[in-house]
Amino acid sequence: MSIEVRHITKTFGDFTALKEVSLEIPTGELIALLGPSGSGKTTLLRVIAGLEVADPGSGAILFDGEDATSRSSRDRQVGFVFQHYALFRHMTIFENVAFGLRVRPRKVRPSESEIRERVSALLKLVQLDWLAARYPSQLSGGQRQRVALARALAVEPKVLLLDEPFGSLDAKVRKELRRWLRRLHDELHVTSVFVTHDQEEALEVADRVVVMNEGRVEQVGTPDQVYHHPANPFVYNFLGNVNLFNGRVEGGKVHIGDMAMELPEQMRPDAETAVVYVRPHLLEIDHQPTNTNHFRARVEHINPAGPLVKVELISEWGDPVQVEISQERYRDLRLKKDAEVFVTPKEKKIFVEKYSI
Amino acid sequence: MAGTVALSVAATSITRTRATTEPALVRWTLIGVVLVFLGLFLAVPLAAVFSEALGKGVAAYFAAFREPDALAAIRLTLLTAAIAVPVNLLFGVAAAWAIAKFEFVGKNLLITLIDLPFSVSPVVSGLIYVLLFGLQGWLGPWLAEHDIKIIFAVPGIVLATIFVTFPFVARELIPLMQAQGTEEEEAARVLGAGGWQTFWRITLPNIKWGLLYGVILCNARAMGEFGAVSVVSGHVRGLTNTVPLHVEILYNEYNSTAAFAVASLLAMLALVTLAAKSIVEWKSQRQMAAGKRTAAEGKVR
Repeated sequence: MSIEVRHITKTFGDFTALKEVSLEIPTGELIALLGPSGSGKTTLLRVIAGLEVADPGSGAILFDGEDATSRSSRDRQVGFVFQHYALFRHMTIFENVAFGLRVRPRKVRPSESEIRERVSALLKLVQLDWLAARYPSQLSGGQRQRVALARALAVEPKVLLLDEPFGSLDAKVRKELRRWLRRLHDELHVTSVFVTHDQEEALEVADRVVVMNEGRVEQVGTPDQVYHHPANPFVYNFLGNVNLFNGRVEGGKVHIGDMAMELPEQMRPDAETAVVYVRPHLLEIDHQPTNTNHFRARVEHINPAGPLVKVELISEWGDPVQVEISQERYRDLRLKKDAEVFVTPKEKKIFVEKYSI
Repeated sequence: MAGTVALSVAATSITRTRATTEPALVRWTLIGVVLVFLGLFLAVPLAAVFSEALGKGVAAYFAAFREPDALAAIRLTLLTAAIAVPVNLLFGVAAAWAIAKFEFVGKNLLITLIDLPFSVSPVVSGLIYVLLFGLQGWLGPWLAEHDIKIIFAVPGIVLATIFVTFPFVARELIPLMQAQGTEEEEAARVLGAGGWQTFWRITLPNIKWGLLYGVILCNARAMGEFGAVSVVSGHVRGLTNTVPLHVEILYNEYNSTAAFAVASLLAMLALVTLAAKSIVEWKSQRQMAAGKRTAAEGKVR
């Protein structure tokens, strides 16, 4: 089932959680709603599920082109996985999964044997059939997560909505589970939307990523698009570490210290300041100046643990700069604390700030 | 009288190291003070009730219950509790549900009102009903016209009892339901459950121990209430006397054996209540702990 969100606004008292949000989700896609806390991503998910009602007169939610705005959450045929799972604590795992089938009106309720069959199949799918008789409190976080997913799938939802599905798990379980979710989605092909504040998770799992900030959608695109072609500074900033350099615009070039960088053609207009964004791994360190586009810096701190060596520098104008270099390069350079180095941006992204004075 | 005594004995025996504990002398002095206090104010009176009641033999003890007035008093007390407890159970669940799961204007006012019976002296509560329904009261003339008797009759006793025992169930459930939040109800709703289904299958099972605990306390108070009932009852023997009032009458007539025999009924109710309360407390604490564990583990990042 496809979902369309049209100009949805949602306010809680004075706080505006969603501002005129529009979004289209085609059938069968796996979408990530990515944003910092308070960006409105969970609210949007709850509005789609019908657990939250958008402000009156603000817009519509369409399922398969049909207006579902006034449909209650009971009738939306969505599966919802809550952040803290919300498993029914007084029911066994089996009964938790069977719940959605048992509460159906008598006419459409499957028989006891059908329920049994279906629940067992689902528990097998999430690899927890051996825990059917346990209670939620006896399960680990990752197991509960999978039960919550099985329970949501039991009612054969047209849409699967997941609120921070891996948010409360430890790093290792988290990685396993998200790969597993991706595989599951490829098997079931049910339209899925999940909320996350973890950019790595969104980029790894989703077909498309919706980056949200302060109740607005900043960018929608494939993980590749949002990572390599961010629409604005917020997206660039949010999707990974980044260094910011403030520069002056003069004669079609951005000047930062002694560096002068060409402005892209379409950015030339009346702006006076520009911000240059460079990811830490796209900065080159050298003992000698290599070309004109470099700046001087002093090594402040080196952290060689991990696949890349993280070097903290203080630039000639006194700002901290983060650089990531390979272990190999680190050995070749023989970097020491307080060494003077030259830094060259290999690739950068320039955003011009327009002052409305 | 029963049930209002907060007697929670810590059942956990933890062996502590010296660093976290007081010297033996201090510990045993404090424990001794508590035990002497409990003995003087609880155990001795309780023993006195039974020894006085059985002082003239078992036959005299049981004779006190064969008296028609005593039987009438027991019947009236049971009837009052049988009406007041279910009414307050329904009200308590409804109020707690509304307060814990919804946001509305006047919520704090409602919480304060629920607490009112606790803060008002029972005698004053009784007087309020006399002022309302009594012959000289606001609704008195209208009631007299329609031949409805409330004050100095059974309805007044029931009303006063309901008022006094009003907060027990609601007070017990509100914090419990607030702690449990609304996520499970939301989950049920998304899975297709209707309002009633959600209530019967999710909400009620989650609060059952807290509810039972509230009902036990409510019942103990309903049967033992003296002040408010005394004001509205009129003390008509065999008609508007509850067990506590009957005890008073017998005692004032120097019929101490019968008075203590009937009082021993209330004392036994207190003991049964305490036992039931402890069991339910233990059960609900285990459930709360399990719930908290679920929540806490869920929140670990």
